[in-house]
Amino acid sequence: MIATPLVEVRDVRKAFGSFEALRGVDLDIGRGEKVALVGASGSGKSTLCRCINRLETVTSGTITFDGQPLPQEGRALADLRAQVGMVFQAFNLFPHFTALQNIALAPVRVRKVPRPEAEEEARELLARVGLADKANSYPAELSGGQQQRVAIARALAMHPQLMLFDEPTSALDPEMISEVLDVMSELADGGMTMLVVTHEMGFARHACDRVCFMDAGQIVEQAPPGEFFDNPRSERAKDFLSKLLHH
Amino acid sequence: MAALTTGGRPGKDAMDTIWTMLRDNATFLLNGVLTTIGLTVLGFTGALVLGTLVAIFRVSPVTPLRVLGTVYVEFFRNVPLLTLLILIVFGLPDIGLLLPLFWCGVLGLVLAGSAFVCETVRSGINTIGVGQSEAARALGMSFTTQLRLIILPQAFRTMVQPLVNNFIGILIGSSLAAAVGVSDITNVTQQLNIRYAEAVVLFLIAGAVYLVFALGAGGVGAWLERLVTRSRIGGTR
Ligand SMILES: Nc1ncnc2c1ncn2[C@@H]1O[C@H](COP(=O)(O)OP(=O)(O)O)[C@@H](O)[C@H]1O
Ligand SMILES: [Mg+2]
Repeated sequence: MIATPLVEVRDVRKAFGSFEALRGVDLDIGRGEKVALVGASGSGKSTLCRCINRLETVTSGTITFDGQPLPQEGRALADLRAQVGMVFQAFNLFPHFTALQNIALAPVRVRKVPRPEAEEEARELLARVGLADKANSYPAELSGGQQQRVAIARALAMHPQLMLFDEPTSALDPEMISEVLDVMSELADGGMTMLVVTHEMGFARHACDRVCFMDAGQIVEQAPPGEFFDNPRSERAKDFLSKLLHH
Repeated sequence: MAALTTGGRPGKDAMDTIWTMLRDNATFLLNGVLTTIGLTVLGFTGALVLGTLVAIFRVSPVTPLRVLGTVYVEFFRNVPLLTLLILIVFGLPDIGLLLPLFWCGVLGLVLAGSAFVCETVRSGINTIGVGQSEAARALGMSFTTQLRLIILPQAFRTMVQPLVNNFIGILIGSSLAAAVGVSDITNVTQQLNIRYAEAVVLFLIAGAVYLVFALGAGGVGAWLERLVTRSRIGGTR
């Protein structure tokens, strides 16, 4: 039996009005694979992530998840989203719930896990992201780095098969970036399938199996990190990397 | 001295007349006050529920529901309340629906009030960043779960003052029920005026009732607002 990729993106296009944000994207993500998605701002990285968990509908092309085309509506769509965890640049924790409630909410309301069980797992997850003592804190009482770690725990509580990270450290003060990347590295080591949009090239190099470089709505180049960073093939990737180094 | 005494007499008589009037009609007046409270509280509660529902229609992903919500709001917001009340009182019996007058008044206030509450709730919902609903959707929550658990609880925090305004609007609007015969405080004082011809005193009394309730609502609103902004949830504004 040939192992099918967990995610298969085929010739996906996404237009916002007359503007094409994705212009024919092909991407496979294997089970357990960690893929870094890099590229200049506006190149379509977020849009691609959002299409994979169907926060956006594609204009044309297909995306399959676990061998099935993405469902259009209703229960099936909610089930898909439950299997794909997403971590946002802006954390998007629910401010009126404590850290523990943020994590246990969807398991109880969506997966119908009994509350005591969900809260026990939420505590375990908080411990795993190093925040065992913050269970009863509200998001406003946590630092950015702590909030993002709670957000990761919240996504993990749904037992997703795939985790999407959309610039998870871009809104953080520099001293908080590593605490979030550490949690992500541990997750990667634990075998989670991950698609990570990031400008943290150190993380892409050390924690990811493959780097995909996007430009103007297309994946222009993909390669193992060592190869991509040391010998980028396309001019646009070279240009992108040289700009990064100069900052 | 004599002139002063004769000058004083009618004033004292007038006061006596007023006191007698108030004493003899205390129950009548009290019932008027209670009817006004009933109209306002039931009208506001109904408007809150119905207005929230219509607001949900107006932000739903289902186009027919959105259209229905818009038509509802535009209709009830733009028809004068008095017209609405007359339609209810004289129109409903024509289609075989006989409601007691009081409930006709409540219905009119609920329908008109809900259109305004809907717009309050809708703008409250719009203050909540799109990231909140995206996070909820990404966790597999349905549209209704999202609204119930994530969006509305946060939105209501920003809506305290506008809702107080909606409440006062319904309180003041309830006085129009007097015109279709509901015995609220306005109606009661009108009836007494016909009998006693003490317009100024009677309408001062009615005015004071509205003023006290409106100030009371403002006070409750200010207290709720403080409660909400002092909480550990932090600034939604
Ligand atoms: N909802 C939207 N409506 C219109 N244009 C959008 C929308 N979302 C993204 N875009 C546009 O699509 C392009 C790609 O955006 P995005 O995927 O966010 O890029 P990246 O994440 O790589 O910075 C940008 O030019 C952006 O302005
Ligand atoms: Mg982006």
